Amino acid sequence: MSDTIQQDSVLIRKVKDKFGQSVIDTAVFRDEVTHVIKKESLLHVSRFLRDNPEMQFNFLVDVVGVDYLPQRPRFEVVYHLYSIPKKHRLRLKIKVDENENCPSVTSVWKSADWAEREVFDMFGIVFDNHPSLKRIYMPEDWDGFPLRKDYPLRGYKDQYNPYGEEKP
Amino acid sequence: MGKRGIGMGIVKNPLENVVQFTTLDAIVDLTGRTAANVTRAVKADRIINEVVNWGRRSALWPMTFGLACCAIEMIAAGCSRYDTDRFGIIFRPSPRQSDVIIIAGTMTKKIAPAVKRLYDQMAEPRWVIALGGCASSGGPFNTYSVVQGTDLVIPVDVYIPGCPPRPDALLYGFMQLQEKIRREMPSIWAKYEVKG
Repeated sequence: MSDTIQQDSVLIRKVKDKFGQSVIDTAVFRDEVTHVIKKESLLHVSRFLRDNPEMQFNFLVDVVGVDYLPQRPRFEVVYHLYSIPKKHRLRLKIKVDENENCPSVTSVWKSADWAEREVFDMFGIVFDNHPSLKRIYMPEDWDGFPLRKDYPLRGYKDQYNPYGEEKP
Repeated sequence: MGKRGIGMGIVKNPLENVVQFTTLDAIVDLTGRTAANVTRAVKADRIINEVVNWGRRSALWPMTFGLACCAIEMIAAGCSRYDTDRFGIIFRPSPRQSDVIIIAGTMTKKIAPAVKRLYDQMAEPRWVIALGGCASSGGPFNTYSVVQGTDLVIPVDVYIPGCPPRPDALLYGFMQLQEKIRREMPSIWAKYEVKG
């Protein structure tokens, strides 16, 4: 492939030059660039990636949560970015612990609204300054966050599922 | 008996001189027979039972209500290729007008209260068909969010296996339901007998 991403790619070099202190780790795998950045600088990095003429990441594809239960910090929030004019992709990761909040990027990309609500619904990660952080899939009165590793796959026993686990 | 008087349970149409019986008490009043005797007479009348059952099974109106991919097969069954209309099975847009509710697809715990409410809104006599593995038993989804069978929410008359079942299978399910209705005791007097 001719457009293989090298270590001096603009996606890596520009971000590292500008936010060297905030970038914890950078990985290139199958021509996809991933930056692990500090939670505090997420909004600065996001705004830079959207507005910089060499970046132009105007499309937030998805926001995903990951639970690495025995590890601390426990959660990871992953942002998948795409630039429609530049046709390139980037992945941002931040680490969040159980009782920590995470900054919302709804002020940068509107599409973060529902995506962050999904992460909140499934993992219970709270996003600061989100316009309406409430459940999106599960019923409003649902107890617990189903995609956490310590949530039983079959759920808890109730009138609709006699095979579920007993509630502790 | 005289205390109740005529007019209770009897509607007189002022335009035509016709008397309609609306309650068992009215028949008891008019004929002077005991309630048990009337019940026995009506129940013994096989022709009445068969006519009522014929009417019920010949116009099974299901509710237009789909939950997941099985609903696509239900729609296909209603369209011209499989054509449920020839059995008198015509999909209705309201639970008030429906006789059958087809649970077509995976029922999640979130939709379960709504399904219960729709079932409650249907007028009796009413029947339930569980279409597909998910509606019958939860199917492959033994997970936190899925109801493990329609019978945990509402009573089911016919279970149709398949993932999803073909429209032929749904038609066969309807024919099984018709067979079940054919053997039912349609008389509302049966309820009086149970009470005493």
